[in-house]
Amino acid sequence: MTDMLTVISPTGATKKGYDAGLSDEELLHCYRSMLLVRSFDEICLKLQRSGRIGFSIPNLGIEATQVGAASAMRKTDWIFPSYRDFGMALYHGIKPVDMMHNMFGNAEDAAKGRQMPVHFSFVDPIHFYSISSPIGTHLPHAVGAAYASKMRKEDTVHLVSFGDGGTSSSGFHSGMNFAAVWKAPVVFLCQNNGYAISCPSEDQTASDGYAIKAQAYGMPHQTVDGNDLFAVRDAVLAAAERARKGEGPSMIEAVTFRMGGHSTSDDPTKYVPKEVVEKWKKKDPVERFRKYLQKRKIWTKDLEETMRAETLAEIDAAAKTAEKTPGPGLETIFSDVFAEVPDHIRAQGEFLFDLSKRRGEADAGDGEFPL
Amino acid sequence: MANLTLIQAVNDGLKVAMRDDDSVVVFGEDVGPKGGVFLATEGLTSEFGQERCFDTPLSEDGIIGTAIGMAMNGLTPVTEIQFQDFIFPAFDQIVSEAAKLRYRSGGQYTAPMVIRTPYGGGIRGGLYHSQSGEAYFAHTAGLKVVIPSTPYDAKGLLLAAIKDPDPVLFMEPKALYRAVKGEVPEGEYTVDLSTLRTVQEGRDVTVYCYGAMVPVVEKAAAQAKEQRGIDCLVIDLRTLMPLDEEGVIEAAKQTGRVVVVHEAPRFCGYGAEISALIAERCIEYMEAPVKRVTGFDTPFPNTLEHHYLPDDRRVLDAIEAVYDF
Repeated sequence: MTDMLTVISPTGATKKGYDAGLSDEELLHCYRSMLLVRSFDEICLKLQRSGRIGFSIPNLGIEATQVGAASAMRKTDWIFPSYRDFGMALYHGIKPVDMMHNMFGNAEDAAKGRQMPVHFSFVDPIHFYSISSPIGTHLPHAVGAAYASKMRKEDTVHLVSFGDGGTSSSGFHSGMNFAAVWKAPVVFLCQNNGYAISCPSEDQTASDGYAIKAQAYGMPHQTVDGNDLFAVRDAVLAAAERARKGEGPSMIEAVTFRMGGHSTSDDPTKYVPKEVVEKWKKKDPVERFRKYLQKRKIWTKDLEETMRAETLAEIDAAAKTAEKTPGPGLETIFSDVFAEVPDHIRAQGEFLFDLSKRRGEADAGDGEFPL
Repeated sequence: MANLTLIQAVNDGLKVAMRDDDSVVVFGEDVGPKGGVFLATEGLTSEFGQERCFDTPLSEDGIIGTAIGMAMNGLTPVTEIQFQDFIFPAFDQIVSEAAKLRYRSGGQYTAPMVIRTPYGGGIRGGLYHSQSGEAYFAHTAGLKVVIPSTPYDAKGLLLAAIKDPDPVLFMEPKALYRAVKGEVPEGEYTVDLSTLRTVQEGRDVTVYCYGAMVPVVEKAAAQAKEQRGIDCLVIDLRTLMPLDEEGVIEAAKQTGRVVVVHEAPRFCGYGAEISALIAERCIEYMEAPVKRVTGFDTPFPNTLEHHYLPDDRRVLDAIEAVYDF
């Protein structure tokens, strides 16, 4: 593996004179964003276990990678997320209630309940691109969007985030290759969290780490400690800077660990050795950042308690609002297939509306997502 | 007006679109200075520059995937997949991404783009330069599928596809690229998608076809008239998705006898949709069972391709069979 960039030591120390370029307020915003992710995870787990939502994705252990990378992006930049990037959305001020609308698939959900939970889509206050379930398909999308920005001579950067498993997809290959050939303003962020669902890295690739793959595409790369918010931020900032200057794409591998299951339906104890979990527990990214804030004297126990209570209350309120919001209307099955509803789809809609009037609506059933 | 071949009409359409709208970009394998293997993009790089017409790495999913990104961010990509047979690495990008983007994001992100691709037999291209995969794509919600058969339609439908707010698969009958010529207006004009073209009026038998099968059907219809006095109503479907269903039903009712012709394999082919539509909507008007004339349910052969492809003999056979029923 290539040299790993670390900025914050396990005790929260940074090298003398190190400046992350963030004000105290911004630092606390980073910390709060990570706590928001934890609260989001906590509430969603409860909602899933009590059968009120079907599915969620735990982010435990990855928060610093998400928030560190997001903090290097401007509001005019675009984020092409994986499904485990809640922190990027929350950092940029996407409202928890709007994310919760998606978790419940209700009428206020941007996707109108058409997608599974966690498949967010936002255009405001930042482009947080519509999430797809197939892996790696969004890498070439980021490259194409970046080509468009470059052609218009904007300084927009396109950050695309994916997991270790994503590096095996055809989208990784075509995305990396096209971006490098076109010198497109893209930052490829590989979140190496150890497992692709249950498949460990050694069964994913025979390569010495993931970042090194960039070399074959003619692209600079950097491996960073993914549990170190500043390491991720600094690497993404540097890559974004290159991209803004027209110097092309870069790849960053953030080495981190998914402390939970792949999803709320997954039991990782079946495939992750206990000692591995124990080892990573000691590297908790939120804890490490807290120690840094403490050293900087902008963290207090009171602040911690207040912030934890606030974030939990905020997410809880969001969930309650979303749960109370009615589900999408039947017409949303038939709209947005095309810009205009064609006759044959309109006829199918009219059939369903009429049938539902005559015979009552279909039984929702008890389908459970297995993965 | 200019008298152009179908491929020249495509080329003219691309130039008109690029002159009219700076957001239009054309890319794919060998489409730059070479002008594409069939020369559809000839002269574009020299007129519009490398930034707007360029060669890509050899990767169909990369071509379509990046086109989706461009489309969602303000460009109007018109991509070329060199042969429709090579499109399958991009199947996921077309079916799961481009076609579903508007739906899955509630309209926040869209993919207005055109995928041009030559399809079908007639050039001794064997298994991998001859296929007609329209049924795979017409089956996909959110994707439009257009197939022209004349130079006039090729340009007019292409310009309509480029202006369309949704992704359009524009399948070009390569057998007709230089085999048909016709009057094509200069400059901008469009042919509305989802409209049929009545190739010839007739009261005895309705024959539905599209793409390279249109001239084959015209030839068979002329023979039917000459040899048996049978008047065929010939319909060029032109847009397979969304289909002008009312137009199809109307044409079936006019004669009560129907033949559907395509060169793609029969099983689950597009003809099955036309047949089912007629059975559901106007079977009470039918005087004879529907007949399909199609490619066989085999891979596409090379040496014997002329036996695989529906020709005037097979179409005439079917016309007479439904007429005599």
